[in-house]
Amino acid sequence: MARVRVRVSTGALLLAGIVAAPALAGAQQPQSAPPVAAAPAPAQVTQVREELERLRLEFEALRRTYDERLQQLERRLTEIGGGPQVVQQAGVQNAVTPPQDPQPAPQPAAPQAGQSSKVFNPDISVNGNFIGAAGRNPFATLSPLQLSEVEAAFQAVVDPYARADFFVAVGPEGAEVEEGYITFTSLPGNLLLKAGKLRANFGKMNTLHTHALPSVDRPLVTANLVGGDEGFADAGLSLSHLVNSSVMYLELTGEVFAGLSDVFQSVKRSELAYVGRVRGYHDLNDASNIDMGVSFAYGPSTIDLPPGLLTSIEPAPVIQAAGMNKRMVAVDATFRYRPPSRAIYRRLNVRTEFIWSRQEMPEQMFESAFGMYTSAEYQFARRWYVGGRYDRSGRTLDGDAIDTGGSAFLTFWPTEFSQVRGQFRRINFAEGVKANEFLFQFNFTIGAHGAHVF
Amino acid sequence: MRNRIIRLSLCAAALGAYHAAAFAAPPAPAPMKVVTTTADLAALAREVGGDRVTVTALANPTQDPHQVDPKPSFILQVNKADLLIAVGRELEIGWLPSLTTSARNAKVQPGGAAYLDASANVKILEIPTGQITRAMGDVHPQGNPHYWLDPANGRIIARSIKDKLSAMAPGDKLYFEQRYAQFDTRLAAAEKKWDAMLAPYRGAKLVTYHRSWPNFMERWGLNVMGYVEPKPGIPASPSHIIELIEDMKRQNVKLIVMEPYFSPKTPESIAARVGGTVLVLAPSVGAVKEAADYIQLFDYNIGKLTGALKLATGR
Repeated sequence: MARVRVRVSTGALLLAGIVAAPALAGAQQPQSAPPVAAAPAPAQVTQVREELERLRLEFEALRRTYDERLQQLERRLTEIGGGPQVVQQAGVQNAVTPPQDPQPAPQPAAPQAGQSSKVFNPDISVNGNFIGAAGRNPFATLSPLQLSEVEAAFQAVVDPYARADFFVAVGPEGAEVEEGYITFTSLPGNLLLKAGKLRANFGKMNTLHTHALPSVDRPLVTANLVGGDEGFADAGLSLSHLVNSSVMYLELTGEVFAGLSDVFQSVKRSELAYVGRVRGYHDLNDASNIDMGVSFAYGPSTIDLPPGLLTSIEPAPVIQAAGMNKRMVAVDATFRYRPPSRAIYRRLNVRTEFIWSRQEMPEQMFESAFGMYTSAEYQFARRWYVGGRYDRSGRTLDGDAIDTGGSAFLTFWPTEFSQVRGQFRRINFAEGVKANEFLFQFNFTIGAHGAHVF
Repeated sequence: MRNRIIRLSLCAAALGAYHAAAFAAPPAPAPMKVVTTTADLAALAREVGGDRVTVTALANPTQDPHQVDPKPSFILQVNKADLLIAVGRELEIGWLPSLTTSARNAKVQPGGAAYLDASANVKILEIPTGQITRAMGDVHPQGNPHYWLDPANGRIIARSIKDKLSAMAPGDKLYFEQRYAQFDTRLAAAEKKWDAMLAPYRGAKLVTYHRSWPNFMERWGLNVMGYVEPKPGIPASPSHIIELIEDMKRQNVKLIVMEPYFSPKTPESIAARVGGTVLVLAPSVGAVKEAADYIQLFDYNIGKLTGALKLATGR
């Protein structure tokens, strides 16, 4: 490889020499003035000097051009077969005084983010979420130690009209496509269309991937009313419209899903689940903003009837009832504070979400449940965050069974690609059982992971 | 008779009004909406675009341009943009892609007709070769993106903007060329002044916090002998600080240059150990009120820097 580099470098220098030769020759000609001629006039000397200076500048510009091309060639060679690890350091050793009006040869436009070495391959990243739990919880679902999820993401532009994002999650229960959708970015009428499997635009927490959560776990209301860790994710279409407003950001979203999620379960092709959302956002000032949303969901569900509901049969069997309608409403609000000049060190996010569920039951009965959480996260140093959360939630099939809880968490971010988190969680279950747990998490990402939606 | 006169007068007035309406000059076209990711690109777009453009910068000039939230209010700006200009070289990788995806504006998608990557044609430093890993810190695979801090690159960016605006609004091509030529002349005069101011300090050694200044330092032959950050984007460890202090003492380096968005605590502690000073420079137009445009940005920085170098080097 070193030999190849030497050849290329020599070749490039020769090339630069050949191109620069006429310029150098031209530069030398005036100096070799006829010896027998009369001494040149001062004006001629000045002219020759100016000409020399001009040629010198041209030569410098040529040299820079070929240096840059040489660097590009070396980079390509490296991409093809690996090469030495050299980072050019800025400093006086490398300093080249540029000409006053440099005219570098046009370079190709820089490739887009993360595509320098893979051309059309998608951005690929893998996130690992390793969780540990200690303490007492009679309804514990967390193992003492587990790699709870490995998420592989593949993201790229499809063509001039669309981009695609795939997220494949592998956990103890197996592998599944967490999300996989195409986004049409070039539709008229301020429209944005997504098609595929996606997390529903229902509330705020449901749209977040596990590794983007501010805590180890999701709020109780998510577990009780919105599908747990898997959340409300389903195959469907999402169409959103950006309202042309100079006052605030206003987005209207309508979605339709197959009804095959942990929230809605359809047994007929004609039974679909629907989601609508209105999101409003406003900058209060440069440092703070408020983000609010109202979401509505409607669809069929299949429920396990609680033992004892059908009192006429002894002993009470567990029976599933399909085609039961469910309606859900969520209201969410987020306040963010991040002063621009201290954005690296200070940040405050306060979020609350209220969710109402109304589940149809047999014999034309309905079960209503309500849940909410309020959380706050504060960055107090460049790599440290502290936060807390209050939880309160009924259960979809038993709205009067109220679970409450609270959590405190501390996160250390060595870099933006890894985090270490500890969380103390206390839950008072409706059955009168208390759980006190310590959870910890190592979350880490390799590769080029796309920016998260704000 | 009197009625006829009145009628004729009314007819004449109506005819006049019709003519005024029919032959009046067409309304001036609305200025082109230019959105830039940083205040520096906005300043250069204003230099070239003049009153034919309205320019909005997304990132706050007092903010680290790597650390910008992709706020929905930015989506609104990108949605309405006729032209989007980005620094490129992955400076905005953490926030611009999600804005363009959600903007519902086909023109400004990367590679689109109204998207301009300002890094095309400029001189880029610190392009890593060989295998790159995140063990090297927040390294940009396509080279250091702080290239606007060399006025020669500023001139090239302005020329790229001029060419783009001229292609998008051919009727205003002459106007943009005149504006560019005027800017070029002013910049060339300013460069002579800056060259003269910094000439005595060519080869002087200093330390910077982040690798924000390679183009600036190379332009004027200043030697960055170390960084407060051990690797780009990685906070200083105690061992690195001790090592840096030893190096600064050994090489008699007494000046640390930093950006306003970093905490001055560590640089001040280092400076106190070596008997040096910390100088906060403006990495972007608008970071301080004295740096209100692109030329003033260098006026401010070079004025401050020459003062500090005089003290640090005794020249």
